[in-house]
Amino acid sequence: MLTLAIFGMLAAVLVTAATGVIVSRNPVHAAMWLVLTFATSAVLWLLLEAEFLAIILVLVYVGAVMVLFLFVVMMLDVNATVAREGFTRYAALGSVIAAIVVGELLALLWLRSSGLPITRPLAGMPDGHSNTREIGLELFGGHVFEFELAAFLLLLAIVAAIMLTHRQRPGLKYQDVSAQVKVRREDRVRLVKMAAERDE
Amino acid sequence: MITLTHYMALSALLFSISVAGIFINRKNVILLLMCVELLLLAVNFNFIALSRFMGDATGQVFVFFILTVAAAEAAIGLAIMVVLFRTRRSINVQELDVLKG
Repeated sequence: MLTLAIFGMLAAVLVTAATGVIVSRNPVHAAMWLVLTFATSAVLWLLLEAEFLAIILVLVYVGAVMVLFLFVVMMLDVNATVAREGFTRYAALGSVIAAIVVGELLALLWLRSSGLPITRPLAGMPDGHSNTREIGLELFGGHVFEFELAAFLLLLAIVAAIMLTHRQRPGLKYQDVSAQVKVRREDRVRLVKMAAERDE
Repeated sequence: MITLTHYMALSALLFSISVAGIFINRKNVILLLMCVELLLLAVNFNFIALSRFMGDATGQVFVFFILTVAAAEAAIGLAIMVVLFRTRRSINVQELDVLKG
Protein backbone atom coordinates (compact mmCIF):
# COMPACT_ATOMS: atom_id res chain seq x y z
CA MET A 1 0.00 0.00 0.00
CA LEU A 2 2.85 2.32 0.86
CA THR A 3 4.61 1.55 -2.44
CA LEU A 4 1.38 2.27 -4.29
CA ALA A 5 1.13 5.68 -2.58
CA ILE A 6 4.76 6.43 -3.46
CA PHE A 7 4.12 5.30 -7.03
CA GLY A 8 1.06 7.56 -7.32
CA MET A 9 2.95 10.57 -6.00
CA LEU A 10 5.88 10.00 -8.35
CA ALA A 11 3.55 9.41 -11.30
CA ALA A 12 1.83 12.75 -10.59
CA VAL A 13 5.20 14.52 -10.47
CA LEU A 14 6.27 12.78 -13.69
CA VAL A 15 3.14 13.78 -15.62
CA THR A 16 3.33 17.37 -14.30
CA ALA A 17 6.99 17.65 -15.27
CA ALA A 18 6.39 16.18 -18.75
CA THR A 19 3.55 18.65 -19.28
CA GLY A 20 5.88 21.42 -18.12
CA VAL A 21 8.40 20.39 -20.78
CA ILE A 22 5.94 20.76 -23.62
CA VAL A 23 4.14 23.93 -22.52
CA SER A 24 6.88 26.07 -21.01
CA ARG A 25 7.61 29.28 -22.85
CA ASN A 26 11.34 29.38 -22.27
CA PRO A 27 13.60 26.57 -23.58
CA VAL A 28 15.72 26.78 -20.39
CA HIS A 29 12.63 26.13 -18.27
CA ALA A 30 11.71 23.23 -20.56
CA ALA A 31 15.19 21.77 -20.02
CA MET A 32 14.82 22.08 -16.24
CA TRP A 33 11.41 20.36 -16.37
CA LEU A 34 13.03 17.61 -18.43
CA VAL A 35 15.68 17.18 -15.71
CA LEU A 36 12.86 16.71 -13.18
CA THR A 37 11.19 14.20 -15.52
CA PHE A 38 14.37 12.14 -15.79
CA ALA A 39 15.04 12.26 -12.05
CA THR A 40 11.49 11.13 -11.26
CA SER A 41 11.75 8.35 -13.84
CA ALA A 42 14.97 7.19 -12.20
CA VAL A 43 13.20 6.90 -8.85
CA LEU A 44 10.33 5.02 -10.50
CA TRP A 45 12.85 2.59 -12.00
CA LEU A 46 14.39 2.17 -8.55
CA LEU A 47 10.91 1.21 -7.36
CA LEU A 48 11.02 -1.55 -10.00
CA GLU A 49 14.43 -2.67 -8.67
CA ALA A 50 16.19 -1.75 -11.90
CA GLU A 51 18.96 0.03 -10.02
CA PHE A 52 21.64 -0.01 -12.71
CA LEU A 53 19.52 1.70 -15.33
CA ALA A 54 18.21 4.22 -12.79
CA ILE A 55 21.75 5.31 -11.97
CA ILE A 56 22.68 5.34 -15.67
CA LEU A 57 19.67 7.55 -16.38
CA VAL A 58 20.77 10.06 -13.76
CA LEU A 59 24.44 10.00 -14.77
CA VAL A 60 24.04 10.02 -18.56
CA TYR A 61 20.85 12.00 -19.00
CA VAL A 62 20.77 14.48 -16.15
CA GLY A 63 24.55 14.70 -16.03
CA ALA A 64 25.52 14.80 -19.69
CA VAL A 65 22.67 15.09 -22.18
CA MET A 66 20.76 17.79 -20.31
CA VAL A 67 23.94 19.81 -19.77
CA LEU A 68 24.50 19.57 -23.53
CA PHE A 69 20.94 20.77 -24.12
CA LEU A 70 21.41 23.70 -21.74
CA PHE A 71 24.72 24.64 -23.39
CA VAL A 72 23.09 24.70 -26.83
CA VAL A 73 19.99 26.56 -25.62
CA MET A 74 22.16 29.26 -24.10
CA MET A 75 24.53 29.37 -27.09
CA LEU A 76 21.74 29.94 -29.58
CA ASP A 77 20.08 33.24 -28.89
CA VAL A 78 16.56 32.18 -29.75
CA ASN A 79 13.79 34.71 -29.54
CA ALA A 80 11.24 33.05 -27.24
CA THR A 81 8.23 35.05 -28.43
CA VAL A 82 8.85 34.16 -32.07
CA ALA A 83 9.36 30.55 -31.09
CA ARG A 84 5.93 30.43 -29.43
CA GLU A 85 3.91 31.73 -32.41
CA GLY A 86 1.02 29.47 -33.33
CA PHE A 87 1.02 27.85 -29.90
CA THR A 88 -2.71 28.23 -29.30
CA ARG A 89 -3.51 27.18 -32.85
CA TYR A 90 -1.76 23.84 -32.44
CA ALA A 91 -2.56 23.28 -28.74
CA ALA A 92 -6.10 22.09 -29.50
CA LEU A 93 -4.92 19.75 -32.27
CA GLY A 94 -2.12 18.47 -30.05
CA SER A 95 -4.43 17.69 -27.12
CA VAL A 96 -6.92 15.91 -29.37
CA ILE A 97 -4.18 13.73 -30.83
CA ALA A 98 -2.72 13.07 -27.38
CA ALA A 99 -6.16 12.02 -26.13
CA ILE A 100 -6.56 9.66 -29.11
CA VAL A 101 -3.12 8.15 -28.55
CA VAL A 102 -3.61 7.60 -24.82
CA GLY A 103 -7.10 6.18 -25.47
CA GLU A 104 -5.73 3.73 -28.01
CA LEU A 105 -2.86 2.63 -25.80
CA LEU A 106 -5.10 2.12 -22.76
CA ALA A 107 -7.65 0.23 -24.87
CA LEU A 108 -4.82 -1.96 -26.13
CA LEU A 109 -3.73 -2.56 -22.56
CA TRP A 110 -7.32 -3.32 -21.56
CA LEU A 111 -8.26 -5.62 -24.43
CA ARG A 112 -5.10 -7.35 -25.56
CA SER A 113 -3.24 -8.13 -22.36
CA SER A 114 -4.44 -11.68 -21.78
CA GLY A 115 -0.95 -13.12 -22.19
CA LEU A 116 0.67 -10.67 -19.79
CA PRO A 117 0.94 -10.97 -16.00
CA ILE A 118 -1.22 -7.89 -15.76
CA THR A 119 -2.52 -8.20 -12.21
CA ARG A 120 0.31 -10.10 -10.58
CA PRO A 121 2.15 -8.01 -8.00
CA LEU A 122 5.85 -7.46 -8.45
CA ALA A 123 7.90 -10.27 -6.96
CA GLY A 124 10.69 -8.71 -4.93
CA MET A 125 14.23 -9.80 -5.67
CA PRO A 126 15.91 -11.98 -3.04
CA ASP A 127 18.49 -10.46 -0.69
CA GLY A 128 21.92 -10.10 -2.22
CA HIS A 129 20.61 -10.07 -5.76
CA SER A 130 22.64 -7.73 -7.95
CA ASN A 131 20.84 -6.04 -10.81
CA THR A 132 24.15 -4.85 -12.26
CA ARG A 133 25.52 -8.40 -12.29
CA GLU A 134 22.31 -9.66 -13.93
CA ILE A 135 22.55 -7.07 -16.71
CA GLY A 136 26.28 -7.63 -17.10
CA LEU A 137 25.83 -11.38 -17.52
CA GLU A 138 23.10 -10.81 -20.08
CA LEU A 139 25.06 -8.10 -21.92
CA PHE A 140 28.38 -9.91 -22.16
CA GLY A 141 26.83 -13.36 -22.36
CA GLY A 142 24.83 -13.05 -25.53
CA HIS A 143 24.99 -9.48 -26.70
CA VAL A 144 28.71 -8.78 -27.11
CA PHE A 145 28.40 -7.91 -30.79
CA GLU A 146 25.61 -5.43 -30.08
CA PHE A 147 27.71 -3.94 -27.30
CA GLU A 148 30.63 -3.39 -29.69
CA LEU A 149 28.22 -1.91 -32.22
CA ALA A 150 26.96 0.55 -29.60
CA ALA A 151 30.54 1.55 -28.82
CA PHE A 152 31.19 2.14 -32.52
CA LEU A 153 28.00 4.19 -32.75
CA LEU A 154 29.17 6.43 -29.91
CA LEU A 155 32.55 6.90 -31.63
CA LEU A 156 30.69 7.80 -34.81
CA ALA A 157 28.59 10.33 -32.88
CA ILE A 158 31.70 11.96 -31.42
CA VAL A 159 33.39 12.24 -34.83
CA ALA A 160 30.21 13.50 -36.49
CA ALA A 161 29.50 16.13 -33.83
CA ILE A 162 33.06 17.45 -34.01
CA MET A 163 33.10 17.44 -37.81
CA LEU A 164 29.78 19.29 -37.96
CA THR A 165 30.56 22.05 -35.49
CA HIS A 166 34.25 22.56 -36.19
CA ARG A 167 34.83 25.51 -38.49
CA GLN A 168 37.83 26.98 -40.22
CA ARG A 169 37.59 30.73 -40.00
CA PRO A 170 39.11 32.48 -43.01
CA GLY A 171 41.52 35.32 -42.40
CA LEU A 172 43.06 34.00 -39.20
CA LYS A 173 46.85 33.84 -39.04
CA TYR A 174 48.17 30.50 -37.78
CA GLN A 175 51.72 29.41 -37.04
CA ASP A 176 52.68 26.48 -39.27
CA VAL A 177 55.16 24.71 -37.02
CA SER A 178 56.29 22.11 -39.56
CA ALA A 179 57.02 24.80 -42.13
CA GLN A 180 58.96 26.73 -39.48
CA VAL A 181 61.03 23.68 -38.61
CA LYS A 182 61.63 22.61 -42.18
CA VAL A 183 62.91 26.00 -43.36
CA ARG A 184 66.52 26.05 -44.67
CA ARG A 185 69.08 28.76 -44.67
CA GLU A 186 68.97 29.06 -48.47
CA ASP A 187 65.24 29.95 -48.37
CA ARG A 188 65.69 32.96 -46.16
CA VAL A 189 69.22 34.36 -46.50
CA ARG A 190 70.32 36.08 -49.71
CA LEU A 191 73.93 37.15 -50.04
CA VAL A 192 74.34 40.29 -52.11
CA LYS A 193 77.62 41.23 -53.70
CA MET A 194 78.02 44.92 -54.37
CA ALA A 195 80.83 47.27 -55.02
CA ALA A 196 82.18 49.16 -52.06
CA GLU A 197 81.39 52.83 -51.99
CA ARG A 198 83.95 55.35 -50.99
CA ASP A 199 83.38 58.87 -49.88
CA GLU A 200 85.91 61.27 -51.38
CA MET B 1 0.29 -3.44 -4.90
CA ILE B 2 1.85 -2.03 -8.03
CA THR B 3 1.10 -4.08 -11.08
CA LEU B 4 2.23 -4.02 -14.68
CA THR B 5 -0.92 -2.08 -15.59
CA HIS B 6 0.16 0.88 -13.48
CA TYR B 7 3.50 1.18 -15.21
CA MET B 8 2.15 0.64 -18.71
CA ALA B 9 -0.64 3.19 -18.19
CA LEU B 10 1.91 5.72 -16.92
CA SER B 11 4.09 5.00 -19.94
CA ALA B 12 1.11 5.48 -22.29
CA LEU B 13 0.36 8.82 -20.62
CA LEU B 14 3.97 9.97 -20.94
CA PHE B 15 4.06 8.88 -24.58
CA SER B 16 0.89 10.80 -25.46
CA ILE B 17 2.12 13.93 -23.65
CA SER B 18 5.27 13.93 -25.74
CA VAL B 19 3.31 13.29 -28.96
CA ALA B 20 1.21 16.35 -28.08
CA GLY B 21 4.45 18.24 -27.46
CA ILE B 22 5.66 17.44 -30.98
CA PHE B 23 2.43 18.91 -32.35
CA ILE B 24 2.49 21.98 -30.10
CA ASN B 25 6.13 23.00 -30.47
CA ARG B 26 6.29 23.40 -34.20
CA LYS B 27 8.53 26.45 -34.11
CA ASN B 28 11.46 25.27 -32.05
CA VAL B 29 13.77 22.39 -32.91
CA ILE B 30 15.25 22.26 -29.40
CA LEU B 31 11.85 21.53 -27.87
CA LEU B 32 11.19 18.94 -30.58
CA LEU B 33 14.41 17.14 -29.60
CA MET B 34 13.34 17.24 -25.95
CA CYS B 35 9.99 15.71 -26.91
CA VAL B 36 11.80 12.90 -28.76
CA GLU B 37 13.80 12.23 -25.57
CA LEU B 38 10.50 12.00 -23.68
CA LEU B 39 9.14 9.53 -26.24
CA LEU B 40 12.18 7.30 -25.78
CA LEU B 41 11.79 7.54 -22.00
CA ALA B 42 8.20 6.31 -22.28
CA VAL B 43 9.35 3.36 -24.38
CA ASN B 44 12.06 2.59 -21.82
CA PHE B 45 9.41 2.52 -19.10
CA ASN B 46 7.56 -0.24 -20.97
CA PHE B 47 10.74 -2.23 -21.53
CA ILE B 48 11.83 -2.09 -17.89
CA ALA B 49 8.38 -2.83 -16.48
CA LEU B 50 7.87 -5.81 -18.80
CA SER B 51 11.40 -7.04 -18.12
CA ARG B 52 10.83 -7.01 -14.38
CA PHE B 53 7.32 -8.45 -14.39
CA MET B 54 8.18 -11.20 -16.89
CA GLY B 55 11.48 -11.95 -15.13
CA ASP B 56 13.73 -11.55 -18.17
CA ALA B 57 16.76 -9.26 -18.06
CA THR B 58 16.97 -8.89 -21.85
CA GLY B 59 14.54 -5.97 -21.71
CA GLN B 60 16.92 -4.04 -19.48
CA VAL B 61 19.79 -4.73 -21.89
CA PHE B 62 17.62 -3.30 -24.63
CA VAL B 63 17.00 -0.16 -22.55
CA PHE B 64 20.78 0.14 -22.21
CA PHE B 65 21.11 0.21 -26.01
CA ILE B 66 18.21 2.65 -26.38
CA LEU B 67 19.92 5.01 -23.95
CA THR B 68 23.14 4.75 -25.98
CA VAL B 69 21.42 5.49 -29.27
CA ALA B 70 19.41 8.34 -27.71
CA ALA B 71 22.57 9.97 -26.36
CA ALA B 72 24.25 9.73 -29.78
CA GLU B 73 21.11 11.10 -31.42
CA ALA B 74 20.97 14.06 -29.04
CA ALA B 75 24.64 14.89 -29.63
CA ILE B 76 24.36 14.78 -33.43
CA GLY B 77 20.98 16.53 -33.44
CA LEU B 78 22.28 19.40 -31.35
CA ALA B 79 25.41 19.67 -33.52
CA ILE B 80 23.24 19.88 -36.65
CA MET B 81 21.15 22.53 -34.93
CA VAL B 82 24.21 24.63 -34.08
CA VAL B 83 25.35 24.50 -37.72
CA LEU B 84 21.81 25.34 -38.83
CA PHE B 85 21.60 28.34 -36.55
CA ARG B 86 25.01 29.51 -37.78
CA THR B 87 23.91 29.53 -41.41
CA ARG B 88 20.21 30.48 -41.13
CA ARG B 89 20.12 32.52 -37.89
CA SER B 90 16.89 30.69 -36.99
CA ILE B 91 15.77 27.31 -35.74
CA ASN B 92 12.17 27.63 -36.86
CA VAL B 93 11.06 24.29 -38.26
CA GLN B 94 8.78 25.81 -40.87
CA GLU B 95 11.60 27.82 -42.44
CA LEU B 96 13.73 24.72 -42.90
CA ASP B 97 12.46 23.61 -46.29
CA VAL B 98 15.64 23.24 -48.33
CA LEU B 99 18.44 20.73 -48.04
CA LYS B 100 21.00 23.15 -49.44
CA GLY B 101 23.33 24.50 -46.77
